[in-house]
Amino acid sequence: MFSKPKTRWWLYILLTVLLSMVMLPFVWMLLGSVKPNSELMASPPSWLPQNPSLANFQLLFEKASFGTYFVNSVVVAVVVVAANLMFSAMLGYALARLDFPGKRIVFGAVMGSLMIPGLVLFIPQFILAANLHLIGNLSALMLPFLVQPFGVFLMRQFFIGLPKDLAEAARIDGAGELGVFFRIYLPLAVPAFATLGILTFLGSWNNFLWPLVVSVNESTYTLPVGLALVANGQHQADYGLLLAGATVVVAPILVVFLFLQRFFIEGIATSGIK
Amino acid sequence: MTANSNPVDTGRKLASKRSGRATTRNAAEARAGLLLSTPFIVLFLVFTAWPVIQSMYMSFTDMSRNDVQTPFAVDFVALDNYVRAVSDPIFRKAALNTVIFVVVGVPATIVAGLAVAVALDKGINKARGFFRLGFYTPVITSIVAVAVVWRFLLQPDFGVVNQMLAVVGIKGPNWIGDENTALFSLIIMSVWRNFGNAMIILLAGLQSVSWELHEAAALDGAGTWQRFMNVTLPALRPTLLFVLVTTSIGYLQFFEEPFVMTQGGPLNATLSASMYTYQQFGFGNWGYSGAMAYLTFLVILIVTIIQFRVTREKG
Repeated sequence: MFSKPKTRWWLYILLTVLLSMVMLPFVWMLLGSVKPNSELMASPPSWLPQNPSLANFQLLFEKASFGTYFVNSVVVAVVVVAANLMFSAMLGYALARLDFPGKRIVFGAVMGSLMIPGLVLFIPQFILAANLHLIGNLSALMLPFLVQPFGVFLMRQFFIGLPKDLAEAARIDGAGELGVFFRIYLPLAVPAFATLGILTFLGSWNNFLWPLVVSVNESTYTLPVGLALVANGQHQADYGLLLAGATVVVAPILVVFLFLQRFFIEGIATSGIK
Repeated sequence: MTANSNPVDTGRKLASKRSGRATTRNAAEARAGLLLSTPFIVLFLVFTAWPVIQSMYMSFTDMSRNDVQTPFAVDFVALDNYVRAVSDPIFRKAALNTVIFVVVGVPATIVAGLAVAVALDKGINKARGFFRLGFYTPVITSIVAVAVVWRFLLQPDFGVVNQMLAVVGIKGPNWIGDENTALFSLIIMSVWRNFGNAMIILLAGLQSVSWELHEAAALDGAGTWQRFMNVTLPALRPTLLFVLVTTSIGYLQFFEEPFVMTQGGPLNATLSASMYTYQQFGFGNWGYSGAMAYLTFLVILIVTIIQFRVTREKG
């Protein structure tokens, strides 16, 4: 018989060493965020902070308005997630279950826009936002991302997998086509919403090029924009401050990831296989 | 007799009734379908379709920052922007850097992801979920944030990488400050951040590799390596193609890494096509910037098509 693989202890050691290397930057970031600059620039380096303090974080929130950036990042992400869930479910259902004129063109548009890089879009989008007087307004950060092709595709695949007879039963009870969608199928989409919501939140939270282009003043910076500009500005060598800033950007995502990892991994894996 | 007299008629009536119901049903479906598609169609037309057309038009004009309010009152310059890009030594340098980044970075990322995926899938029995979670962590973090951290790790004097090298008696280079090692450093960082993504997708793909085939091959005397090459890899082809295409598309647009770590320097050694496109936008040369963006888009299209062709032929 072909036996299951034996446990190879050397592989565990190899994987553990590799994992330590992968984790090192995060450990260094967290430890460094509570160290003063003098300690960060010491040689040999200190692992554990000698005098841990939150001074770096205090400076970020008091001097560099990271509080505003944080709120902006959250507001943009929440609106973008809500819109994507709704609009992706609507179109995903229509593509999966309804026959309507132009359906193939719409599906082609969804798949085609997966390929279009943001680089091609950002200048016309900037012109549009400027002419609508949205520059300096948070809505400019959200508008181009309210419905994204990946989400539509994911929801379509999800609805294709649901049984059809639910709709028949509801139609016999006199429900209209929209009623069938809103009252029968939408409530069943909650598991797919979890995956889509998390992936969309992540994309919005880490998004950089468009927020950078459209943010002309601090009041609409998101966290990555704020951090990148601090890192390239007068605080270039304030490593303690920068590591604390990176922590503020990364930590919320790491916490969400730890608790909801199942949805991340399922979402990525299914999107890759289908 | 009466019951038998007109079964055909009854059948016809039923059929016409059914088709009548089907027509109303079709009309209702069409209405609902269009209604549910409306948000996407509107947003797609305004924020994707229109910008794609406008930026193509823009790339054939001398549009600049001063034309914001009148984007169509510009001079048509035909292919001038494209000619200028192809002969601009800085754009050439940026394009070359981007090619190196993709040609070295993509295979490195996929090989690392595949090695770890196979190790997790077949090599170990316990703690698989733990390792998977750990290796995937960098993927979800903001590139800006990790670039800030790596800039510190790679700092030549007190960065932890060079301090560790110093322990074993090696004087580490000025990683991102030296023209010869800067791009290489960014590639290493990108492999670190992205191999977990390849790993997760390949791990899912490995579930479709048949144990029976492995067993048969083993009975025929095939070694582990031969079985990997002849059984595992062919079964993984569609998954590998997906990873190859998505990773290449991502790497062709690398931007945050040089923006945060090197600002394209030293001496443009890490300037990417995306970054130069963004810089030209910043200088107000929008037509020129649009042309360069389209060149990147074109390369993305070509690479995607070639990768699909090549894999299909072999498959």
